[in-house]
Amino acid sequence: MTAVTAPAARRRLIVAEDSVPTLARGTRLRYDEARQRWVLLVPERVMAPDEIAVEILQLCDGRRSVADIIDHLAAAYAAPRDEIGTDVIAMLQDLAGSGFVVEARKATP
Amino acid sequence: MSPTLLDTSPVFADPTDGLAILEEKSVAESYGIPLAVLLELTHRCPLQCGYCSNPIEMERAGNELSTEEWKKVLTELAEIGVLQVHFSGGEPTVRKDLAELIQHATDLGLYSNLITSAVLLTREKLAALADAGLCHIQISFQGNEPELANRIAGFKGHSKKLEAAGWARELGLPLTVNAVMHRQNLHQLPGMIDMAVALDADRIEVANVQYYGWALKNRAALMPTIAQIDDTTRIVEEASERLRGILDIDYVVPDYYADRPKKCMGGWGRQFFNITPAGKVLPCHAAETITELDFESVRSNHSIAWIWQNSDAFNRYRGTGWMPEPCQSCAFKELDFGGCRCQAFALTGSAGNTDPACSLSPRHHEIFRTAEAESATGTNRYIYRNFAGGTLEPEQQEV
Ligand code: SF4
Ligand code: SF4
Repeated sequence: MTAVTAPAARRRLIVAEDSVPTLARGTRLRYDEARQRWVLLVPERVMAPDEIAVEILQLCDGRRSVADIIDHLAAAYAAPRDEIGTDVIAMLQDLAGSGFVVEARKATP
Repeated sequence: MSPTLLDTSPVFADPTDGLAILEEKSVAESYGIPLAVLLELTHRCPLQCGYCSNPIEMERAGNELSTEEWKKVLTELAEIGVLQVHFSGGEPTVRKDLAELIQHATDLGLYSNLITSAVLLTREKLAALADAGLCHIQISFQGNEPELANRIAGFKGHSKKLEAAGWARELGLPLTVNAVMHRQNLHQLPGMIDMAVALDADRIEVANVQYYGWALKNRAALMPTIAQIDDTTRIVEEASERLRGILDIDYVVPDYYADRPKKCMGGWGRQFFNITPAGKVLPCHAAETITELDFESVRSNHSIAWIWQNSDAFNRYRGTGWMPEPCQSCAFKELDFGGCRCQAFALTGSAGNTDPACSLSPRHHEIFRTAEAESATGTNRYIYRNFAGGTLEPEQQEV
């Protein structure tokens, strides 16, 4: 076992407007009644997403593209699309870097 | 009194804006709702790793909690707000009711993780666990080359582990490779990272051995050299950069060689606890090594919530009030909570002392010198973990 090439399914995800993000397996977003807040459960950790992060994560449904997500949020907050777009892509890129968000089209079924 | 999380604002913000690791603000005397619990279903294990943190006095099968008892434990955990459960051991897959317990956790909305050596798995068994809702699997590897890996484990299991990792991926289970590192396998770390990539793992956890239980008995055979630790840091940093987005690398620095101790368990009795095969509730998996403490059991008439809030073992070292100097007046006391109680007990004879891993501990230099000496001249022969009290590895196997 010394091959070092990553299997095709696992390639660094570069988040762009046409990416279709979805939560990775092993990553669960749920509302926690005991603490009255949303939590993101990942291996070995519990993350506490803020309101806007929760909204973005909920939109990562494996069908919407990043462009759709940005459009949706820009409309919902009546905010400039550019600004929202930069924030959304930065956040998703970080999540992808940690492996919590993956590209839906290439994800293993 | 029901547990309340005093303040959910995080101390350690994640680089991701708006997404932080959930941890209550550092209020010295406070504790919140526990986040995660380690369930040691059994001490039985076909492997005999000398680095095992299980106590030397292991629990026999007859004393293990029954299926119904474990289910009740899971129900109580979900009720008090625990979010994650780690099924561990020993080897948790020796329990025939594992799938049933995972299913119960799933039904309760708990995030379940399996920590296994994988040598007893078949594809069918693993598929049943996945169907029961298992969220994540961690497979331990002792090396990346079979001969050494099998020698360390005292069991020919390496090729089976590789096979099981493959099944995990076929079944779509997220996979972490647990790489437990020490003097005799640190040279294989680059190979183990490559192996994790080739296995299509999501994460690798590079953990240096912690010296409790069996591992303390084997310290001379395990203690890494300073040069190895420097190499490790370099290897991990380089690989983390290169594999960003491909393989997540978690690295736990060995605290014998650090200036400050690790924040053990996120602080005693603050976020985590552990349940032993016979149902004792411990603030940390090695806490039974502290012979001056008594632990409550889930078999008593107390609820787990009561034990978490009121038991002496949890409250004794909670917060910072118990701390002696140099901790008491130290600026770091709410960052590391004085380090590890088990290590303080093992190395100084009292769990209430500053962890000698801290360079400010009066015992630090003496212990550091011992570690250094052991890393240079210690024997390579393991004392294998077993119910017979340990077996010394035969001489001819020395490398
Ligand atoms: S460390 Fe080794 S011997 Fe101990 S429980 Fe894990 S696999 Fe078994
Ligand atoms: S003196 Fe105590 S609180 Fe300060 S760094 Fe050392 S262990 Fe931590």
